[in-house]
Amino acid sequence: MSLEQFISEAISPWMNQPGPNDEIVLSSRVRLARNLSNYSFPFKASNEDAKSVYSYLHENLSETTLDGIGNLSWFAVKNMSDIERQVLVEKHLTSPQLAEGSEEAAVVLSDDESISIMVNEEDHLRIQCLYPGLQLSEAFEAANALDDWVEANVDYAYDEKRGYLTSCPTNVGTGLRASVMMHLPGLVTTKQLSRIIPAVNQIGLVVRGIYGEGSETKGNLFQISNQMTLGKTEADIIDDLRSVVLQLIERERIAREKLLESKRLQMIDQVYRSFGILANSRIIESVEAASHLSNVRLGIDLDLIEGIDAKILNELMILIQPAFLQQYAKKALTTEQRDERRASLIRERLRLENILDGGE
Amino acid sequence: MLCQHCNERKATLRFTKIVNGKKTEKHLCEHCAKEQGEALPGNNNYSIHDLLSGMLNLDSSNPPLGQIHFKKPKAELSCPKCKLSYSAFVQNSRFGCSHCYQAFEEKLDPILKRVHGGNHVHRGKIPKRIGGKLEHKRKVTKLKEKMQFYIQNEEFEEAAIIRDEIRALQREQNDEGGNE
Repeated sequence: MSLEQFISEAISPWMNQPGPNDEIVLSSRVRLARNLSNYSFPFKASNEDAKSVYSYLHENLSETTLDGIGNLSWFAVKNMSDIERQVLVEKHLTSPQLAEGSEEAAVVLSDDESISIMVNEEDHLRIQCLYPGLQLSEAFEAANALDDWVEANVDYAYDEKRGYLTSCPTNVGTGLRASVMMHLPGLVTTKQLSRIIPAVNQIGLVVRGIYGEGSETKGNLFQISNQMTLGKTEADIIDDLRSVVLQLIERERIAREKLLESKRLQMIDQVYRSFGILANSRIIESVEAASHLSNVRLGIDLDLIEGIDAKILNELMILIQPAFLQQYAKKALTTEQRDERRASLIRERLRLENILDGGE
Repeated sequence: MLCQHCNERKATLRFTKIVNGKKTEKHLCEHCAKEQGEALPGNNNYSIHDLLSGMLNLDSSNPPLGQIHFKKPKAELSCPKCKLSYSAFVQNSRFGCSHCYQAFEEKLDPILKRVHGGNHVHRGKIPKRIGGKLEHKRKVTKLKEKMQFYIQNEEFEEAAIIRDEIRALQREQNDEGGNE
């Protein structure tokens, strides 16, 4: 298979759409946690219970009657190979828990992969909508419409006082987790982010690495999400997050401008050095690759380098992950083999672009 | 210090293993550490559930988890439906089913307040189907209060009008119920 073909199949179609503020915000995600009223939660469910939840949902959710959603496809986790499971995690379509979890787990995907519904993860249902750029309200509206459609077909566990009942007390109430993936090289370079994070935490939002819970940061990418799910309306949760994200965008823009003003030559140097490494290395670890990709992407955003598509960071950040490399190689790879594959995949991908040599 | 596995990169992680009281230490770089214990991305061993379990256990009237087995204080709360005990809930920081919320109701307010910045009551979305019934219930309760008010003031004509309204509402709901 050619690289172009592999990429076009590997990258979720929704990622190719432009979005508002997408030079800083890569994607917006909204997730709703829901459970059925008459079954134990997956963590406590017997295999039989899990099976009946699975078939009950399969029966009720395989055919959408919803406008604008199109086709939904149902994938049973137990029929997937380890690499296939991990690929879904690397695309942010499923969680690591789902990939490792119950035999009776499934993921339901829309054709453009902007919708994913996890079945029998920590909760019976996790409805997720992904949008490019800063589109939290749009993502919420979509998830909300899906939720209404699901509710018309199944009985939810809901309590007048506590709201939507979830397995973990951190999700009860709205069951809503909204998050935004941001590229913040300006705030990292100017060392502002370490001061901003505590302030963001104080207003009930969390900043983490790109895979959520407990993950490290890579390539100056950060995920900002709400922590509280109870006691606020969905609209307030979305608005609060959105207003903080807008402030971060503003600060990131100012940081970038200041850097350009005071260190233009150093910035250009850094972009081309990173490009040089990506275009020429024969072995590269993911952390190193991510940091150079971040530099090149910043160079594209600031017009310091021409001829490369800005989508390249989003795309390569996904493709250089372990499971994707192994899927491309069509076999399991050791860490060393992956570092070699990663380097050659990046070189090959960059060759598809028309970079002006030296940028002058 | 160099990584003891590859002897190339700087060791950034230290692994301490204690087997039968014998302690061994290994210094590794991130690369080799990953190689030795391949994990899915984002799936660090320390999860939010570990953190949360610590928070839930802050309740000072409760003895630490380990002691519960020795003392067995009173009758421990447990869920009648899924049989999850309160201490198991604290340990896993997960409810077993939707009925656990009722079973542990007396203990939930402080826990939820701690997790949700002081909030313990839902203010968000009401699902459509359940929502209709809830609204109905609220309307009937309100009307009954109004009726009592008129009766106490001996305004029986007014009270009779309200009574008919309540009857109409209840009939309506029964009809709906019959259709389901």
